[in-house]
Amino acid sequence: MELLDKLNILADAAKYDAACTSSGLDRSGRPGTIGNTTMAGCCHSFSADGRCISLLKVLQTNVCIYDCQYCVNRRSNDVPRAAFTPEELCELTMGFYRRNYIEGLFLSSAVIKSPDYTTELMIRTLRILREKHRFGGYIHAKAIPGADPLLTRRLGLLADRLSVNIELPSSPSLALLAPDKKKEAILAPMGQIRDGISQSKQEIAVYRHAPRFAPAGQSTQMIVGATPESDRHILTLTQALYDRYQLKRVFYSAYMPVSPLVPVSEDYQPPLLREHRLYQADWLLRYYHFRAEEILDESRPNLDPRMDPKCCWALRHLEFFPVEVNRADYEVLLRVPGLGVRSARRILRARRVGPLSFEGLKRLGVVLKRAQYFLTCSGRMMTGLRVSEDGLLRHLISLEAPALAAPMPEQLSLFGDAV
Amino acid sequence: MSWAQISCQYDGTYPGFLSCVFDCWVNREEPAEFRTPDDMCCSLYPLRTVETDMEHARRVYRSFDKFGREGRELAVRCFLTCLPERELWLWRFLRLGYEQGAGVSRNLTDPVVDKVRKAVWHLEHEAHQYKGFARFSQQEEILVGEIEPKNRVLPLLRPHFCSRYPQERFVLHDRTHAEALFHRPGPGGWAILSVEDFSPGPAGEEELAYRKLWRTFYDTIAIEGRYNPRCRMTHMPKRYWAMMTEFQEERDAALPEMPGRGGRISSKDTEENGKIEGILLRKYTENSGRRTI
Repeated sequence: MELLDKLNILADAAKYDAACTSSGLDRSGRPGTIGNTTMAGCCHSFSADGRCISLLKVLQTNVCIYDCQYCVNRRSNDVPRAAFTPEELCELTMGFYRRNYIEGLFLSSAVIKSPDYTTELMIRTLRILREKHRFGGYIHAKAIPGADPLLTRRLGLLADRLSVNIELPSSPSLALLAPDKKKEAILAPMGQIRDGISQSKQEIAVYRHAPRFAPAGQSTQMIVGATPESDRHILTLTQALYDRYQLKRVFYSAYMPVSPLVPVSEDYQPPLLREHRLYQADWLLRYYHFRAEEILDESRPNLDPRMDPKCCWALRHLEFFPVEVNRADYEVLLRVPGLGVRSARRILRARRVGPLSFEGLKRLGVVLKRAQYFLTCSGRMMTGLRVSEDGLLRHLISLEAPALAAPMPEQLSLFGDAV
Repeated sequence: MSWAQISCQYDGTYPGFLSCVFDCWVNREEPAEFRTPDDMCCSLYPLRTVETDMEHARRVYRSFDKFGREGRELAVRCFLTCLPERELWLWRFLRLGYEQGAGVSRNLTDPVVDKVRKAVWHLEHEAHQYKGFARFSQQEEILVGEIEPKNRVLPLLRPHFCSRYPQERFVLHDRTHAEALFHRPGPGGWAILSVEDFSPGPAGEEELAYRKLWRTFYDTIAIEGRYNPRCRMTHMPKRYWAMMTEFQEERDAALPEMPGRGGRISSKDTEENGKIEGILLRKYTENSGRRTI
């Protein structure tokens, strides 16, 4: 089989993985090596679905012994199968990297023969890349649940980021769709990676040249929309993962119909808006000091599709507002809709020079069309602003409406089916 | 405090501009405009021609330390931006800086600081985009790349690419400003020089093979059910597309006798961006027909 065909098959099989970030680690290139990584990461292209392409995202092989119903590579699915040899994959990565197509390699794999055998294959690839080609770019590797802990450790010493996919948000769903996988088998490597990372950090503090274990942290992903969990359940789980396993990111992926076992209607649309709202809530957890309980409670198990979660929170807590821009703490500023991390930081800096006005806020990049209802500048609301409580709700919804998916406009036909 | 208004002529370089700042400050003159010898239009203001004096330039450059780390960065980088009348805005920024000291970088609501900060942000953002979107082609042991930025991003890209490819010889050509970054292995082995004519040679077989592989990967990695051209354009505006390998398939096929156009598309083609989009869409639907899920 030609390399081109293999790439086609194995990239196609890997594309449902949501993560493609190259962030979390600063490492400059050294003479004799090739490649560096940057803290913020770097997107090298964007595919037709608008997702970033930062890493060469491929599987080592798509031959699988498992039969998970949500997965395209399941044993019972009739798709062409292929496998990269470690040497081939390294040549390909280096060729792409030198031409600045990619920031590194995202290596995942279906489980061929056994988890141990698969991990060994991946380790061989990464060793050639790091030791023979002296590659210093980013490597994201998938840890295979069920593999020997020693093998996972060796994988983590070669890769920058490790991830274990949690796949589905609850164990009943897992039992239904991935009968071969158990919740415990997924969480065990996650715990091991967490401990490995914190141990490695301590060692580096003592010995500067101690080996680094997954220095860019670990992440995970789950599928949204295949099973009936509520947003509240998902967010609570996400928060627990951040708290307990110190994950860098949790990715969500709207379920694409790939299986006959998950019945979907004819005109099934992947829940992209729901996924978007979940990501917004995820950001609130990671950067805005929100807790999952604040965003959603038992009376509201799902996120409002019409408005972002922060606006929803603000509308439920009008007693918190208005906030005085010239006095409020950073954490309080972050709660105001229309204010982000950057603009809140800028406010802190700018108000040291003099009092801020609404005109000044606009210059700082605050989204006033949302923030105006929740702010005062030197004790005054924006002039001419009069809005009642439910008028506010309507107003905020109408602000976002144009950006939401509307029915596709179509060309009217003179002779169409209207007759 | 009213200073006499003049028109300042200099050679267009950064040391030249700093010499202008020195002379204007010493003579208590307020430049109403900055010109280079190439500007044809004459001015109503009395003309002062400033000779570049490296010693003066260095003194002015050192004075930027008064603005603090961030203020200094704004003062240096603003000259690289594509802000209209950037010298004038920079001059205003410097005067404000000498007045306010390190506080100037915090004075974000001031119209002058705001203008300069946003221009520099645009420069830095564009440089960051090009870290990802620049494409290199291998030509006889040398990597050749070409970009078409609005701002002069090469000085900002230099540390990144030199750190990324310490063992490579590479050239990155900035078509808009007719400059190129050259690099060879070894400490300090880089230079940014102006280039009159830049025409990379034909691509070899291996190069073409890698381009094909990359396009295959690019087309495959998109999920059909999530097709979202608007999102892609937000993250990757179309002005970058003309120089990117993944959008050049039709070129190679259409021009087999000229396989190595060095990753170029003529400017005429960039006007036909709409057409490129059409091609992609068609390719996209072909792809989706092949899959059976």
